[in-house]
Amino acid sequence: MTDNTPDDGTAFDRLREVSHMILDAVPHARVLGLSLETLEPGRVVLRVPYNPKFIGDPETGVIHGGVVTTLLDNASAVAVTSAMENYTSTATLDLRIDYMRPGEPGVDIFGEAICYKMTRSIGFVRATAYHETPDDPIATAQASFMLDSNAGRRAGANLQPKSSAKGGAS
Amino acid sequence: MSAGSVAISALLEAIPYARFLGMRAELAGDEMTAILPYDDKLVGNPILPALHGGVIGAFMEMTAVAQLYVAQGHLRMPKTIDVSIDYLRSGRPETTYARAHVTKIGRRIANVHVDAWQDQRQKPIAALRGHFLVSPKDDG
Repeated sequence: MTDNTPDDGTAFDRLREVSHMILDAVPHARVLGLSLETLEPGRVVLRVPYNPKFIGDPETGVIHGGVVTTLLDNASAVAVTSAMENYTSTATLDLRIDYMRPGEPGVDIFGEAICYKMTRSIGFVRATAYHETPDDPIATAQASFMLDSNAGRRAGANLQPKSSAKGGAS
Repeated sequence: MSAGSVAISALLEAIPYARFLGMRAELAGDEMTAILPYDDKLVGNPILPALHGGVIGAFMEMTAVAQLYVAQGHLRMPKTIDVSIDYLRSGRPETTYARAHVTKIGRRIANVHVDAWQDQRQKPIAALRGHFLVSPKDDG
């Protein structure tokens, strides 16, 4: 997403064109095996496959809640991006998750996120993790995202000594 | 290594997801410091690069659970009811630490606060506040 991208469509059209890369570009999404199931303006569904490596309770084989946290955080970030008029970077400000019930061992988990409000600087999201339907949730989340979170920081800013890394989430 | 440190290491070793993240813990008395060494697979923003917010959240949640496990004398694994996470700074590609403060343990519910930081304790990168079921009924 560079400034010289020809403005021949909405940010969402361009997002859809690169939808196969949205998760591939995120190393931790790749190792979890996240996949994009649905992409609409302001609404996204991701899937995380069941994997014994992600078990949180060895006695039951239930996936760790942290995987659900990552699924909902990532789905929410993509939902914010899909609601943008002009592409910009995002960072999670606040994420609240309620765990309703354990996931079932051996079953993939879906995460649906809906960005229901965008302001100039913040995107607001509700998200749900489930197996079959969001009406039977494993967990629900409410999150807010800062827009243009990379502003003023170059690529690799976090590799520099702290004194030269100005700006940021703080 | 103290008996408590051995128990906490055994707990983390027994949880596949904790092994997957590479999480460790050290115990001084009854105070635990959780340690998450940097790994490329933990990155969420490859441009800066920065740790995935989900990883930081999961790490703090496991810190809370492990600290409760220590505080309760290693009886049962607490279950997470809810967590609320504040992201304060981007997680740089370096080791992250976390410490949990158990605000209250009731008969069934515990309230826990966790701070996560990197090279400076007084500059946390994230904080978590959560409720945990500590003596779950069998349907819990």
